[in-house]
Amino acid sequence: MTRKQRRLSLIAAAGLVLALAVGLVLVAFEDTIVFFVTPSEVQAQTIEPGTRVRLGGLVAKDSVVRGQGTAVSFSVTDTTATVSVVYNGILPDLFREGQGVVTEGRFDGEGVFVADTVLAKHDENYMPKEVADALKEQGVWKHNE
Amino acid sequence: MIPETGHFALILALVVALVQSSVPLVGVRRGDVALMRTAVTGALAQFVFVSLAFALLVAAYVQSDFSVVNVYENSHTAKPLVYKITGVWGNHEGSLVLWILILTLFGALVALFGGNLPERLRATVLAVQSWVAVAFLLFVLFTSNPFLRLDPAPAEGRDLNPILQDIGLAIHPPLLYAGYVGFSIAFSFAVAALILGRIDAAWARWVRPWTLLAWMFLTVGISIGSYWAYYELGWGGWWFWDPVENASFMPWLLGTALLHSAIVMEKREALKVWTILLAILTFSLSLLGTFLVRSGVLTSVHAFATDPTRGLVILIILLVFTGGALALFAMRMQTLRQGGLFAPISREGSLVFNNLILTAACGVVLVGTLYPLALEAINGEKISVGAPFFNATFGPLMLPLLLAVPFGPMLAWKRGDLYASTQRLFAAIVLAAVGGLAILWWQEGAPVLAVIGVTLALWLMAGAAAEISFRVKLFRAPLPESFRRAVNLPRSAWGTALAHAGVGITVLGVVTVTAFETEDIRVMNPGDSAEAAGYTVTFDGAAPHLGPNYRDIVGHFVIRKDGVIVGEADPAKRVYIASGQPTTEAGIITRGFSQVYVTLGDPQQDGGFAVTIYYKPLVTLIWLGTIVMFIAGAISLSDRRLRVGAPKRARATKASKTDPVPAE
Repeated sequence: MTRKQRRLSLIAAAGLVLALAVGLVLVAFEDTIVFFVTPSEVQAQTIEPGTRVRLGGLVAKDSVVRGQGTAVSFSVTDTTATVSVVYNGILPDLFREGQGVVTEGRFDGEGVFVADTVLAKHDENYMPKEVADALKEQGVWKHNE
Repeated sequence: MIPETGHFALILALVVALVQSSVPLVGVRRGDVALMRTAVTGALAQFVFVSLAFALLVAAYVQSDFSVVNVYENSHTAKPLVYKITGVWGNHEGSLVLWILILTLFGALVALFGGNLPERLRATVLAVQSWVAVAFLLFVLFTSNPFLRLDPAPAEGRDLNPILQDIGLAIHPPLLYAGYVGFSIAFSFAVAALILGRIDAAWARWVRPWTLLAWMFLTVGISIGSYWAYYELGWGGWWFWDPVENASFMPWLLGTALLHSAIVMEKREALKVWTILLAILTFSLSLLGTFLVRSGVLTSVHAFATDPTRGLVILIILLVFTGGALALFAMRMQTLRQGGLFAPISREGSLVFNNLILTAACGVVLVGTLYPLALEAINGEKISVGAPFFNATFGPLMLPLLLAVPFGPMLAWKRGDLYASTQRLFAAIVLAAVGGLAILWWQEGAPVLAVIGVTLALWLMAGAAAEISFRVKLFRAPLPESFRRAVNLPRSAWGTALAHAGVGITVLGVVTVTAFETEDIRVMNPGDSAEAAGYTVTFDGAAPHLGPNYRDIVGHFVIRKDGVIVGEADPAKRVYIASGQPTTEAGIITRGFSQVYVTLGDPQQDGGFAVTIYYKPLVTLIWLGTIVMFIAGAISLSDRRLRVGAPKRARATKASKTDPVPAE
């Protein structure tokens, strides 16, 4: 192989790996990205049942119902709209009524959000950023810290 | 007086740093050795002043001096002493002082052990290192001063975030920072080499030990962070592809690439441009990590500060250093002559392949981490890029790399023989294939990816063993001969093989726990039992308990295998008194390399508790593998040719004949 051919093979290999990486990223962006929605947005636009989304807002007061065993249902609200959520599992430590929450899952056919993840906040001064922003837009949450 | 003295020590450190960042360069310019040597004194003085400031901050914490804002906000008199001390870096200001302490420590180490560096190079490296110190000292003094006073002093502090009240905080940040910041040395060496316009194999030999040292610390730093999250958060997960984790993982990926490309540069004088670029980018990613974590752009347990000006300052530091270094790089690139030629199938070729994949993988992680931030900044759309994205991109990219790893050390420099290497690896190939098939037989219908993963992991470990046995001529020469060869084998060869085996161990843990873990969420009343992968977990009941600064409800579980008690787990729900914040403490039983992981959930109406029981097969291998990598690095570092400082040529080695000797 000449010097030129060697250089070309190096560039070709680099191009190949780059193309592979770009391809993987583009495919993954199609399939794996999860959008964040607020209850108002859920009301405004229908979200296809079965599409994975993140739903965030405040846990509505007096909405938490513990069912049989580890099943839990509660409502997530941004004060203008409310969505019912069901979840089976152990709720995070800082899950409380009136506090911010982010859940991830899918809507069933009836408009109930079936969450498989309820995100824990790391400490109680911290409001999930998406939730804080969404609530600020609604003028509900005031930045007091 | 203590806080004021600490504040003053930081100011003194800044003054020294300013001198050290300029005077030695004048010396280099004029060829004045005395001026150049001020860098050495400066680096040591800087370290002394920053250590003093740090020690005084620790003293303020130990004394619970709540007249200092930082102590008031992050400490409490009832906190155990060890957490008072570790609390020093459990907040934005203190963690930056630790950052600078480690930065100046590395500078001092270069000053102390760089005795055999050319005078000009050492002076320039220390000056560049000092630019970084100046930037961060200014940052601390003007935006994040930990010594600010509060008047009147409150009687009691606000306590440290309970999640951070763990021995993990004592180990994880210092090790992680040692890694992050350690790459600043490689950066300073790269910039110094560009300034001096002199980049050769000797340069790579000086940089490699520092890079290796930083890499070792970053490896265990990340690993300990992972184990901490695993047992403290109570979700049973060990890696979340959280942006903050990615922030530390990206420098690790590029640092690993740098470690490998520096070998090519040292042995063959090839890949110079690329190695310099990697050295710059690795530290830039460390700075990016610091920015992402400390700016409040991301919300997580690591984001202490949400003051936008602070984030902006770090961003400016990041842009100035990365931009400046890259501009210098672009100016000097033409002067770098490429060295040794090599065929695509060769040791160099395999290391290039390693670099291509690691860089692409790092790029993918970078895109996944920054894309949501960029999208939100552009059109306000909020998305989350989580584990599914990284599994779909990072995973497939890593497969060919892991497949190629055992071939690398088997190939000769310049031109390798793939066929001969495959023959030498035959035993390893057979072993890996048998292992994969065994998984299929043992777990009928096991996921394809699990079979591939286990095969790969075994391939990595067996490949490492095959390399050593090839080198010592195991079974091809009489045993005493092999033994003699093993003793004489360079330690760096042992290090390489062990590190690659360590990767295999980690991969095995990752694959088995991902594919075969079980999770069981249920309500248990006292006396109830549950089955988890052959273990019987019996709930004895829960009782309240009072800790030094918390109250908790502790559940008692007995774990039996075939009726014999093998362990007891005491998971707890804990509430910290000062902050009222609850946490979950998992109960973990280790059996062999596997673990039974129990967490206690909410109490039920009828006296029962929600309980999660996980069985995590071979989970500890994930972290053990990284410890093996750390040990491998240490062994490699003890190789006389790689020893920090530079080689003493007591004996003419093969390598030394091909390495040009620096003229200075």
